[in-house]
Amino acid sequence: MKQTAIFDIISPIMIGPSSSHTAGAVRLGLLARNIYAKDPKKVTFKLYNSYAQTGKGHGTEKGLLAGVLGLDVDDRRIKNIFDDVLAKNIQYKFEYGEDFKKHPNSVDFIFDDDMHIYGESVGAGEVCVRKINDFSVKLTGKLNTLMLVYEDVPGMISKVTDLIQKKNINIASLHCDRYAKGEEASMCICIDGDLDDEVIDGVKKIDKVYFVSYIKKIGTIDG
Amino acid sequence: MDKSINTFEQLLAECNARRKRIWQIAQAYESDWCEVPVNLVRKCATESLHAMKEAIKTGLQSTEMSMSGMCGNDCDKLQKRFAQRPAVFGKTFEKITTYALATSEENIRMGKIVACPTAGSCGIVPSVIIAVAEDFNISEERQVNALITAGEIGRIISAKVALAGAVAGCQAECGAAAAMAAGAVTQLLGGPPQQVLNAVALALKNILGLTCDPVCGLVEVPCFKRNPFMAIIAMTASELAMSGVESKIPIDEVVDAMDQTGQLMSPALKESSLGGLARTKTAIQLQHKLFDCK
Repeated sequence: MKQTAIFDIISPIMIGPSSSHTAGAVRLGLLARNIYAKDPKKVTFKLYNSYAQTGKGHGTEKGLLAGVLGLDVDDRRIKNIFDDVLAKNIQYKFEYGEDFKKHPNSVDFIFDDDMHIYGESVGAGEVCVRKINDFSVKLTGKLNTLMLVYEDVPGMISKVTDLIQKKNINIASLHCDRYAKGEEASMCICIDGDLDDEVIDGVKKIDKVYFVSYIKKIGTIDG
Repeated sequence: MDKSINTFEQLLAECNARRKRIWQIAQAYESDWCEVPVNLVRKCATESLHAMKEAIKTGLQSTEMSMSGMCGNDCDKLQKRFAQRPAVFGKTFEKITTYALATSEENIRMGKIVACPTAGSCGIVPSVIIAVAEDFNISEERQVNALITAGEIGRIISAKVALAGAVAGCQAECGAAAAMAAGAVTQLLGGPPQQVLNAVALALKNILGLTCDPVCGLVEVPCFKRNPFMAIIAMTASELAMSGVESKIPIDEVVDAMDQTGQLMSPALKESSLGGLARTKTAIQLQHKLFDCK
């Protein structure tokens, strides 16, 4: 049974009207921003299914943009984000689609024609990023997460987890995926607590690791 | 804490064994679970309570319409009527209904609210706790105790039934909120754990089968006006429980029934807007007006 906390129930303090279509949209935007790890100049949002159909009435577009601009779910600027000074230095556009294979509340972010992130708003303000470029991932933003892309060779998982274990940090979940045997692979490690630069630099130095990103969690009780 | 609490029976046993109230067990458990000190748990609950009060205050003064333009000025109508002619049920009834409506109207105009447990049901728990606390001079500390009690009730319900209209209909949103509010206000008024849980059971039994059929797929009709109705169900449940009325069906079994009812409910009535109020002639006309002409 999945455990929830009281503050999953009496939370979040948020801008309405919908936890999935407004707060969830802000959180997806924030998480996508944290994954991209720099200020995008250009973003395309592709909204699917219920997000596309009822997004306008729920401020979903406003939420997505506000999140990408770094606002949290309770920021009153969300309501008028299109006119806010924050939105002046970013080019953005919204597209709408139907895709029954995708989650009812889902969105693609395309940052600077450079990174493609697919996420879902799974209910009660909870979100999940499922895809980064062509890699399948599982990021909820609830825990700090180390994400890396590397060559699919034996021993990579233990090399990475060894560095984390040396700091006595607990791994909550580990998710790997690859294009094909021996080709590019991705790893997402969600941890309890926080990693320091030493671990992240250590992972970057591992042979055949191409890309490392440390994705900070979004809005929880102790954060 | 050495074992997890996932049923109301376990919660009550823990309360009895340790001679504690639900909020005391809950805040200790939350502190353990989230690995934060108890005072931080209480601080978070206090912040939520303040945000709830702020939403009521702002909502009572606004008549701004929602993005769809369908609603937003009903709380104002209610206040005007009560100013001219007091409610038959008295001052606290006036406060509860206006506070619930004020909060849910704040939600649909993109104001700041606390999802409790969801945004569509955000007016129910705050209206009951805050109105009763005001009229009976109850301290903020005790309001926080009541809010933590509400959170614990929602947490245990959600261990069996996900609190989302798409999963179990409005039972799991406004219905769960009514149950949380019933327990919270019973705690607020000094009821022991057994009475709190009876209030939860009585409230929940009276919302079983509640569908989620939002017009145009928006969290507006019927959601926001459902909030004051549910707040009054919560008060009724609390009054009965505090007089010693017991639920013949134990609360855990009521939650099981809610789960089963949710599973038996047609998907057309679970937040898909494919049935019920959402497919009425007027709802379809509104949908064309709102979305096709843009």
